[in-house]
Amino acid sequence: MSMQGWEVVIGLEVHVQLKTRSKIFSGAATAYGAEANTQACAIDLGMPGVLPVLNREAVRMAARFGLAIDAEIAPRSVFARKHYFYPDLPKGYQISQYELPIVGKGHLEITLEDGSARSIGVTRAHLEEDAGKSVHEGFGKASGIDLNRAGTPLIEVVSEPEMRSAKEAVAYLKKLHSLVRYLEICDGNMQEGSFRCDANVSVRPAGSSEFGTRTETKNLNSFRFVEKAINFEIERQIDVLESGGKVVQETRLYNPDTGETRTMRSKEEANDYRYFPDPDLLPVELDAAFLDVLRAELPELPDAKAARFQSEYGLSAEDAAVLTASRELADYFEAAASRVKDAKLAANWVLSELGGYLNRDDLEITESPISSDALAGLLARIEDNTISGKIAKEVFEAMWSGEGDADTVIEARGLKQITDAGAIARIVEEVIAANAGQVEQYRAGKEKVFGFFVGQVMKATQGKANPAEVNRLLKEKLQG
Amino acid sequence: MHDKSLRELATGLRNREFSSSELTRHFLDRIGQHDSSLNSFVTLCEAEAMKSAEAADRLLAEGDGHVLTGLPLAHKDIFCTRGVKTACGSKMLDNFIAPYDATVVEKLSAAGMVTLGKTNMDEFAMGSSNETSFYGPVRNPWDTDLVPGGSSGGSAAAVAAGLVPVATGTDTGGSIRQPAALCGVTGIKPTYGRVSRWGMIAFASSLDQAGVFTRSAEDAALVLQAMAGFDERDSTSLDREVPDYAADLSASVEGLKIGLPSEYFSAGLDDTLRDVVDQAIKEFERLGAEVREISLPNSGLAVATYYVVAPAEASSNLSRFDGVRYGYRADNPVDLEDLYKRSRGEGFGREVQRRIMIGTYVLSAGYFDAYYLKAQKVRQLISDDFRKAFESVDLILGPATQGPAFRLGDKLDDPVSMYLNDIYTIPANLAGLPGMSVPAGFVNGLPVGLQLIAPWFAEGRLLSAAHQYQQVTDWHRRVPGDFS
Repeated sequence: MSMQGWEVVIGLEVHVQLKTRSKIFSGAATAYGAEANTQACAIDLGMPGVLPVLNREAVRMAARFGLAIDAEIAPRSVFARKHYFYPDLPKGYQISQYELPIVGKGHLEITLEDGSARSIGVTRAHLEEDAGKSVHEGFGKASGIDLNRAGTPLIEVVSEPEMRSAKEAVAYLKKLHSLVRYLEICDGNMQEGSFRCDANVSVRPAGSSEFGTRTETKNLNSFRFVEKAINFEIERQIDVLESGGKVVQETRLYNPDTGETRTMRSKEEANDYRYFPDPDLLPVELDAAFLDVLRAELPELPDAKAARFQSEYGLSAEDAAVLTASRELADYFEAAASRVKDAKLAANWVLSELGGYLNRDDLEITESPISSDALAGLLARIEDNTISGKIAKEVFEAMWSGEGDADTVIEARGLKQITDAGAIARIVEEVIAANAGQVEQYRAGKEKVFGFFVGQVMKATQGKANPAEVNRLLKEKLQG
Repeated sequence: MHDKSLRELATGLRNREFSSSELTRHFLDRIGQHDSSLNSFVTLCEAEAMKSAEAADRLLAEGDGHVLTGLPLAHKDIFCTRGVKTACGSKMLDNFIAPYDATVVEKLSAAGMVTLGKTNMDEFAMGSSNETSFYGPVRNPWDTDLVPGGSSGGSAAAVAAGLVPVATGTDTGGSIRQPAALCGVTGIKPTYGRVSRWGMIAFASSLDQAGVFTRSAEDAALVLQAMAGFDERDSTSLDREVPDYAADLSASVEGLKIGLPSEYFSAGLDDTLRDVVDQAIKEFERLGAEVREISLPNSGLAVATYYVVAPAEASSNLSRFDGVRYGYRADNPVDLEDLYKRSRGEGFGREVQRRIMIGTYVLSAGYFDAYYLKAQKVRQLISDDFRKAFESVDLILGPATQGPAFRLGDKLDDPVSMYLNDIYTIPANLAGLPGMSVPAGFVNGLPVGLQLIAPWFAEGRLLSAAHQYQQVTDWHRRVPGDFS
């Protein structure tokens, strides 16, 4: 694909499921994975005569999000009905916000791979209810409807069309994902649909100020799919335009199996949603005092935390960014760092060793078999010279497999470092005595042979000799 | 027993003149004897009613219970009743049994009232003659060739014929006051938000309000007292204390300032009905009220405004009836669209379909501003008219309808003429005000009603004014000859 001469314009609409215990307009539970239709009450089913009552907690969470992206929080927002017929939409309309959303203009700061930072505008975020799910398999020619999800609170976060590549879009999405988890308003589980993204993509000749015709791609339930789908769409649209065609405004569906997008419905088939204010619900009115309380309750957010990690622990910007990507990871790091002398040592171990094992076993930081306390216990043994860094990796592996804490493993496996100068000196002397040829080479000026002696000593001590002491004694004895 | 007021029946129960079981049996028997000519009931709950009556008798024997305990009642079939069919006058819900009670049903049952059954109504409360019901028209007890009014026609006719001493209703554009007037009974629609809408099948959510039909204002006060109040399940219900309506009934009319809107006495009003209203005004003056003419300049826009707002909300509220989860479902649909089209096409009657189409149209892109938004603005003007009027008067008085009951079928093919039936009642709905219709005399041997409208939350003033009027008149005691 040649991007030459084209500029990409991307805007994202992200549906963030709020992790309230009950639904936005009913008392039914929101937990994922229950047996079909067991978490849907008369209100969720759209029975005759039932009425919605707004969940305060959902409002609180939405406002919390708005404050975190430095947005205007509407003192008065209004729920509207969005009409369309579909079997998983029980009332024939979705209660959403239209003209007066709860969260107005805000912004998210993203950091790109080259380290440069950008601010991406958020147009608005509004509260709405989720629909149920249609199940098309297992019912022969019919479809099944599961209304457990119907009425689950969502905020739909709409960005400005300010992203210029799939990578930027993913950076924005990851930042948003991190933020909603920091705020504890969403579990962020993309597989279960708690965090869903639709991508609006268009291309235009570089330098043009007018937008090209856009398509909206749905069903993007992982960061990787978002990137692939956007890149597919960019390429497709450029191909269409370069071969003299026109991009059709439409909704497209991403197929993760093929990596392609295909037409779902065209603009002509789009519904006229007939929005109007929901007469069953009063406007949501938020006063300054309520927002002040929410503001005071906001946790330290990723950007502020990363800055503090740099100044407080002397971490690089890159390490700080990775460590603060999730609140749990940041908390893990800080807990470990607070118990060792060298925070950078903790950062290195969390990022490399721990990160590698988590990745290998596909675990979340919260599922790590080694707690932050246990890791700190291991690092303390490096710092007090009980073990070397190299031995520590062996201890880490044993801890990971459940052999106990660092001290238990060191004791059981006899990994305690030999620091006794007398004991090391004896071994050094043995090694020198057994390798007269190499001693001669060394003394003749071939200093590279020094490494051979270190290796021999380590081999003889199973790596347990204190490396600094080995160096010092070898140098001393070899000089003769 | 059926010619007694609710208050008299309550006293009779306390004094052991008769038991609730006897009372219940009596009314059930009357329904059995007379309802075939009226069609006012769609469902009878005979066994459940006798059981409730026995329970009430046990309470009364112990000297317990509410003032309403043991008194028979009927609910308009728009109120959901747990375990009992709630069809809302529609084929769409002919198979629907709600697993919950409406708040109104719950509260009146909790007060110990005995539900005899569910009353007939216009389909989804859309109509002014009770002819749009899937269960056939209700007939007026004063002349069975005539309509009882609508949409709560079954409740009005049943109370007028002495088949039940009290029946609930709902009023979106006049559906309590107009049939109350045409059947010669007392009907009250409280302030919007006074009575919970939970479990009341929605027609137009911003206008719908529950109320009652009784034989007197005093009876209405007793029942409304038990129905009203804040309900956390209805976000539009108002958290405001409910005054003691019965205690306030004795409030004097002396010095009460009553406004007569000139717009309610203009062309279209039947001359004899005008005389009836003039007589009523004289009664109020004799009682010491000060009467003055006022103006509600935007009244003339009320019907047009209503027929944008109400269908808009109805088209949305009735979207849930899609044949998927409950209610009528077309046989053998070939696909989803066919399921929707035929379920709704076959399940809804013509008037309901007409209003869904009007409502869908006025909410559509390109028409929304010109219709729905404009109507909301006019609605505000109508409300402002009342606000201004109530700065100088305490109560507004006028006719409830332009004339007495009309013949079945007369207006069925002329929707606009049918819609104009509610010309005097609609403004109070648009403004959310409490309104009442009280029997005030006869036109050609048919009862007509006086309409009273009070400021927001002044139901007590409505009830006491009506009660004082009923102390010096006996129109509310007249009963149709065939049902005496």
